[in-house]
Amino acid sequence: MERNNNLHRQVASLRQSLFDQGYVEEQFIELEELQDDATPNFVEEVVTLFYNYSARLIHNIDQSLEEHPLDFAKLDNFMHQFKGSSSSIGAKKVKIECTQFMEYCRARNVEG
Amino acid sequence: MNLGVGSVVKTMSGASCSVSWKSGGSDKVSDQFPAGLRVLVVDDDPTCLMILEKMLRNCHYEVTKSNRAEHALSMLRENRNGFDIVISDVHMPDMDGFKLLEHVGLEMDLPVIMMSADDSKDVVMKGVTHGACDYLIKPVRIEALKNIWQHVIRKKKHELKDKDFDQSTSVEDGDQQQKPPEDVDYSSSANEGSWKSSKRRKEEDETEERDDLSTSKKPRVVWSVELHQQFVQAVNQLGIDKAVPKKILELMNVPGLTRENVASHLQKYRLYLRRLSGVSQHQNGLNNSFMGHPEATYGTMTSFNGLELQALAATGQLPAQSLATLQAAALGRSATKSAISMPLVDQRNLFSFENPKLRFSEGQQQLNNSNKQINLLHGIPTTMEPKQLADLHQSSQSFVAMNMQGNARMQQNNALLMHMSQQQQQSSRAQMLNETNNGQVSRPPLSMSQPAAVLSRNSIVDNVRGPIYNPVSQTSSMVDFSLNQTTELQNNSFPLVSSNSGMSTLTSKRLLLEEVNSDIKGSRGFPPGYDIFEELQQQKTPDWGLPNIGSNFGASDHSSIPGTLDVSPSMLVQQGISSMKKNGLNGNSPIGGPQLNLFSGGNLLPVKAEQLPDTSYQNTFFPEQFGQDDLMSALLKQQESVGQVETEFGFDGYSPLDNLPV
Repeated sequence: MERNNNLHRQVASLRQSLFDQGYVEEQFIELEELQDDATPNFVEEVVTLFYNYSARLIHNIDQSLEEHPLDFAKLDNFMHQFKGSSSSIGAKKVKIECTQFMEYCRARNVEG
Repeated sequence: MNLGVGSVVKTMSGASCSVSWKSGGSDKVSDQFPAGLRVLVVDDDPTCLMILEKMLRNCHYEVTKSNRAEHALSMLRENRNGFDIVISDVHMPDMDGFKLLEHVGLEMDLPVIMMSADDSKDVVMKGVTHGACDYLIKPVRIEALKNIWQHVIRKKKHELKDKDFDQSTSVEDGDQQQKPPEDVDYSSSANEGSWKSSKRRKEEDETEERDDLSTSKKPRVVWSVELHQQFVQAVNQLGIDKAVPKKILELMNVPGLTRENVASHLQKYRLYLRRLSGVSQHQNGLNNSFMGHPEATYGTMTSFNGLELQALAATGQLPAQSLATLQAAALGRSATKSAISMPLVDQRNLFSFENPKLRFSEGQQQLNNSNKQINLLHGIPTTMEPKQLADLHQSSQSFVAMNMQGNARMQQNNALLMHMSQQQQQSSRAQMLNETNNGQVSRPPLSMSQPAAVLSRNSIVDNVRGPIYNPVSQTSSMVDFSLNQTTELQNNSFPLVSSNSGMSTLTSKRLLLEEVNSDIKGSRGFPPGYDIFEELQQQKTPDWGLPNIGSNFGASDHSSIPGTLDVSPSMLVQQGISSMKKNGLNGNSPIGGPQLNLFSGGNLLPVKAEQLPDTSYQNTFFPEQFGQDDLMSALLKQQESVGQVETEFGFDGYSPLDNLPV
């Protein structure tokens, strides 16, 4: 019981820190609200799905970063997709990074 | 209907009621509406897909998801009545979201909602131009999804209205669709539930009666491209004035087609033409692009042009006026050209004709709704502007007065023109000129209107943009527009092409102005042409103004044009027209206001344009007449001091616009 409480508290604080550090945002709350008795693991499923999808995407991005010269349009496309999914689950920081990346793409800023 | 089909309906009650309610044919809304709404979601992102599915299920909708557009399209085709609404992502690897949007709109005429993480105005504008009912920005919130049923209702209502315009049951249908007996789950329907259930009883009886009637009613006719072509041919053969459903039906000789089908389609077509006339500018641009097309196209286009222009004129008050001016300016030849392109576009647009119109009314506030059409306009790249200005100069001088009239239309036209010109820049221009020259002189009003439009636009543009717009340059720029526009619109924008040609003629035909002016008055018959040009012209300028004004339209116009090219011509035109009209009229009151104001102290156009998409095309003719005078004066004034004119008109015109019902 105590351990349960402890665990709960840990989870809660971890979750809170995610918000505080700006890793996730309101959309995540929406996701949580979607979860109900019918689909108890909804959030978990979605996040897992997101990880899978983004792993693939990152791999693709890596590959295209290897190419020279850089295909900014393609990268931009990848970023857009990434941005879309990350914002769907509320991954704020990822989304911001994506946006920045897209800016660099637009500016053809290789360093960025 | 859903219930009857046995689809899984999450909410139960009303099941017994719904069983007895066998909607006649097109009603697919279940009694527990909006529950049980059948949604098809298309997105390549699995995360998003899953989230959407969950959200939609929470709203008690039926969800089918697909991560490939092709697959979704085939599902839709297999089961035409299997879905009520489609939600699609914009960026997909296998097919562009806008293309899918067009297909769905054309073939199945279902409401489509676009989504994207991209919230830039031009993309949103593109969505609207292509006929999207709504545009959601990712991350999608559940509140946004809760209300998507409104689009289904709206669309059904419009369909019913058009289909059964000669039947009085449309209202009933609408009511019936909206009566979920007990949807207390939904906040939106909570209130409706109670009164709906009380109404249901009464309506059920009515429905049943209607069902009896509707069983004898033919099922909804899908106006395929071929069918529409036949229809347009028949209409052209008869002459737009004499085109009565009965005769059209006879000419078409299509088994299974009823007079009612033809009548409602004719109504839509007329509206479409009217809109085209307002968008004549675009068409000009389109024409330009079209120039590259084989002569055959032109031929067909010309025949349509006349009709379409007229129709457009009729339908679009604003356009009508602008058309007149455009026509006047364009020496008529261009007008004919534009008319041609317009019909083509119109035809296509007719398909999605309703949609754009609907869209506008629905989403005036939202870019989504109205921008579709506007997008066409907005799509015009800003580059056109400089060119247009030059062109406008030439023609605008004479059409100052005309511009006055066609302010509203011009705006639209301008937008169109802008688009068009951008697209079609050079090849079309040359062709158009040639063709327009060969075109009928009867279009003089067009040419006239065009310059006027151009001028007006210029003036508007000036307001917005600045110095470059000389009224004179308007005409030239208008021509440019058409040229530019045509390039992009080649695929679909027959009408556009014609409009471009119209535009080009404008510049070349300043001389004709005088002739045209006199002709305009006399030749009412070509109002459509005028409208088109005027609209085009007007639109062009408005477009310029729009971007400046910063309205979404402006920006989206430019961007949307390129995008719209991909879209079927009809979509483009419709969108353009509607967007233009809308821009001028309402939605973009900031933009429309100034534009309209510039052109005409008033207003008939703007006011009318807004009000009538359906009925008043005839009215547009009248305003045209005196619009022209006004335009002339306006043009003159503009020439003197664009800035002054603009300001004067801007404010005057504003109020009518503001009052226009959205």
